[in-house]
Amino acid sequence: MLTRRIIPCLDVRDGRVVKGVQFKNHEDVGDILDLALRYRDEGADELVFYDITASVDDRTVSPDWVGKVSRALDIPFCVAGGIKTVEAAGARLAAGADKISINSPALMRPDLINELSDAYGVQCIVVGIDTFADGETYRVKSHTGDPDKMRETGRLTLDWVQDVVKRGAGEIVLNCMNRDGVRKGYDLEQLKAVRQICKVPLIASGGAGATEHFEDVFKQANVDGALAASVFHKSVIAIPDLKADLRASGIEVRL
Amino acid sequence: MSLVIVDTGCANLASVQFAFERLGVEPVITDEAEVILKADRVVLPGVGSAPFAMRSIMAKNLKPVLQAIEQPVIGICLGMQLLFESLDEGGEVVQGLGLIPGAITALETTELPTPHMGWNTLKTLQADPLLTDVNDGDYTYFVHSFAAKVSENTLAQTTYGTPFTAVARNENVWGCQFHPERSSKTGAKILQNFLDIKL
Repeated sequence: MLTRRIIPCLDVRDGRVVKGVQFKNHEDVGDILDLALRYRDEGADELVFYDITASVDDRTVSPDWVGKVSRALDIPFCVAGGIKTVEAAGARLAAGADKISINSPALMRPDLINELSDAYGVQCIVVGIDTFADGETYRVKSHTGDPDKMRETGRLTLDWVQDVVKRGAGEIVLNCMNRDGVRKGYDLEQLKAVRQICKVPLIASGGAGATEHFEDVFKQANVDGALAASVFHKSVIAIPDLKADLRASGIEVRL
Repeated sequence: MSLVIVDTGCANLASVQFAFERLGVEPVITDEAEVILKADRVVLPGVGSAPFAMRSIMAKNLKPVLQAIEQPVIGICLGMQLLFESLDEGGEVVQGLGLIPGAITALETTELPTPHMGWNTLKTLQADPLLTDVNDGDYTYFVHSFAAKVSENTLAQTTYGTPFTAVARNENVWGCQFHPERSSKTGAKILQNFLDIKL
């Protein structure tokens, strides 16, 4: 049976793993390779590296840490940040990334999703969506890596999800900004709404603070994976304990 | 031990290369017929679409080369699918290498999200050297939308909506639908078994 995935997210800035609260005030939490291997050893199912400065600074070169991570890791990983062209995506895949994730560049030029899935197949194209709950209306924001450059996109999240799937996204990471870094639980209502219309794997992001939050998001929102950062980086939750608890509650996980 | 990773012109050969390096083998990535035919082991990797991959193999004149190999060959993910007779991804039906009988068709996932992405369990149907010390319920990492139906060539199956071929074999040719290079210890075991195979 397919298991639910536990995915530590490593925000990368200038080659180091960092974490901020609601995308601001980043603090250093460690070396990329050290953290990647630690999470692999603890039983992470997959890793996501978000180069959070990339979109903002207009960088497209494949960073050398992608190759280093691929050489060392025997679990899949996804690379996000600043990928605006088929060539930039190809460089990261050639360096050994299993998937690439795009966010702001897809909002600026949605055809990029079609071009990427045509070139490399839907299975390695992830679209990240930063979504803000405005009451019961969910809105997409872009360029969230830097508070000064953050933009309204005028897009509604549910419309954008359907659009990106039609264009060839193979997976969606839904980052619920209201919940990011505050550890009060995933945005179950929003994730349920997106799950209803999303035919590709859906990954929840933003808000994990306790084991129950993971249990809730798998059982109630039926997501395929749950992404978290600070609770893992700060050892609030140990992945082996989390997975044992999830399995005990009847959720299929890889032990 | 000489091991060749066939350069099919698709992206992401590096992760397969690194996986064998972790096992102490230095793979050669090449599309040269002579080098491929002389190698002790041949790996056919692949991500992307079947029409693109098969066109690339044809353009490089690799089809007769791959069909002539007598030593152990393993195809991974799309590389496995290319070993079959035909591949139907919903557009043009592509002729494969025909080294394993059968067809690749869309995974019948019923209501489940597609692609089939993540860690799923193996169930062995036939004992085989490739699956030495691999047990029922062991997890491997999948990411695909197409697959071969279970047949007499199936060594192990996995279920996502319906059962499909996770590991196949025909004579000296093996295929894994999952990514052993990204399947942690189970994947490494399978790659080591491939290196250890005696025909």
